[in-house]
Amino acid sequence: MSAALAVLAVTFLLALALGLAARGRRTMTLQEWSVASRGFGGVFVFLLMAGEIYTTFTFLGGSGWAYGRGAPAFYILCYGTVAYAISYFLLPAIWRYATARRLLSQADLFASPYESRAVGILVGLVSVVALVPYLVLQLKGLGIIVSEASYGRVSATTAVWGSTGALILYVVVSGVRGSAWTAALKDGLILVVAVALGLYFPAHYDGGLHAMFSDIAARHPGFLTLPAHGQSAWWFSSTVALTALGFYMWPHSFSSTYTARDATVFKKNAIVLPLYQLVLLFVFFCGFAAIARVPGLTGSQADLSLLRLAKLTFEPWMVGVIGAAGLLTALVPGSMLLLSGATVIAQNVVRPMRPALSDHAVGIIARLFVPVIAVVAVLLALSDNAGIVNLLLIAYSLVTQLLPALLCGLARERWRWPTAAGAFCGIVAGELMVAWLTGVRASLSHLFPHAPPAVQDLNVGVVALAVNVIVLIGVSASTHRRLPLSKVGAA
Amino acid sequence: MTTAQRGARCVALVAVLSLVFSPFLANRVTPYILGLPFLLAWIVASVLLTSIGVGLMYAADAHAAKGASPAGGRA
Repeated sequence: MSAALAVLAVTFLLALALGLAARGRRTMTLQEWSVASRGFGGVFVFLLMAGEIYTTFTFLGGSGWAYGRGAPAFYILCYGTVAYAISYFLLPAIWRYATARRLLSQADLFASPYESRAVGILVGLVSVVALVPYLVLQLKGLGIIVSEASYGRVSATTAVWGSTGALILYVVVSGVRGSAWTAALKDGLILVVAVALGLYFPAHYDGGLHAMFSDIAARHPGFLTLPAHGQSAWWFSSTVALTALGFYMWPHSFSSTYTARDATVFKKNAIVLPLYQLVLLFVFFCGFAAIARVPGLTGSQADLSLLRLAKLTFEPWMVGVIGAAGLLTALVPGSMLLLSGATVIAQNVVRPMRPALSDHAVGIIARLFVPVIAVVAVLLALSDNAGIVNLLLIAYSLVTQLLPALLCGLARERWRWPTAAGAFCGIVAGELMVAWLTGVRASLSHLFPHAPPAVQDLNVGVVALAVNVIVLIGVSASTHRRLPLSKVGAA
Repeated sequence: MTTAQRGARCVALVAVLSLVFSPFLANRVTPYILGLPFLLAWIVASVLLTSIGVGLMYAADAHAAKGASPAGGRA
């Protein structure tokens, strides 16, 4: 038991030391802190982008879904890959626009093309509202991992407070460089751990993948394919498409994008990241292997399947290594979320209200918001509030609603269309739809009880996105005035 | 856009569609491929094809840019 604790403690201190050392002797201007002065080459950008693949959701949730639901878990492998293919075109466009104008945050990329402070503030608020539940999820996962892997020696509460303290410290000191350095440690460890476990469990317990899957198929018919209703093929396709579209709408993805030195990096990453994502396959294997060994975990307990199986199988020091990998999967995305959240608040909410502030002052305000956001997230993570789970479910739908306005914004350089009012109203309408649909726990089968099953199983986010686009077009058409030709030419 | 660029984009598009619509194309357990149930094997193959498609796009785009810039074309 103390061996596990020792491994966890060493990893924790190593991550903290790396995070602090990342600063070097640099002067921390706002540009340096938020986006590393746009100086990252291929490796660091890759690590930051890949860092977002292996969050506690993929580590615990990926195995948990395979354990509890079977084939529907495969959607996790699909949406990321589709998103990477899209990123080949999307990220260079975002990078070019943002770099030419020295943008810092996601909301900047909306305020700038629409030349509208209101759009910037709106997007800033949406991104913070969506990002807090994501951070809460990471902290909750971290608490579970550390308390399980330390055999209960460290309570979840202690783990969450301790790790958040470390996060605040190295994010304030090193900014995005701290995230990049700890990401190197994390990706190395998680890669080895996930592949090793995914190969070992099926071989050790079942004598191979084929034997394991045949056994599952025999005991639970239909578990390895999608059902005809509910999480059906229609659910799968619409969810993959929608989630892939929302993938790069998270505020911290924009922060990673802005750090790059040139645009070729993204195109090369788009080739490698789908392959790298196949590590999730091994995470699935762990969940499937746990079905026969640690039966009876239901609901959110399913997320514990990987750790429970590990404790059943290995010596404590190895459990400590797995726990350490899990700990890092929470720290790295957590630090990116904190950083981009604080940047958005300082840059897009505080600055528009006090335009006289210098870059230096905005930088200080951003760093002051790091502990504020962190403490709010800790309190939410520790107060076992059911509302957070709901908030979390809608966070992805919330950020996805930003996509139409973003794409139009990038195209606006040429077309001068749609209008800021159109973008603003489209986002508001989309977000209200998401909130309403979640509030009444609606699915399409409730909204359209007589529709064919194919329509009923579609992801309900499709509706919100459709309303968003219709409002964006409608309002833009009614607020658009033809600019004088001279002005169009100048733009 | 050159023929190579167009072809590469087609490969990537096919791979992406094959992922999005995988349960319509391959929602079955047998035959097992390398120990994986058929649906999962299909998805893994599509992920590999996506990487290949994007790689081809990269190569074709780089080649086209190289051909265009020395001539001072309007690429």
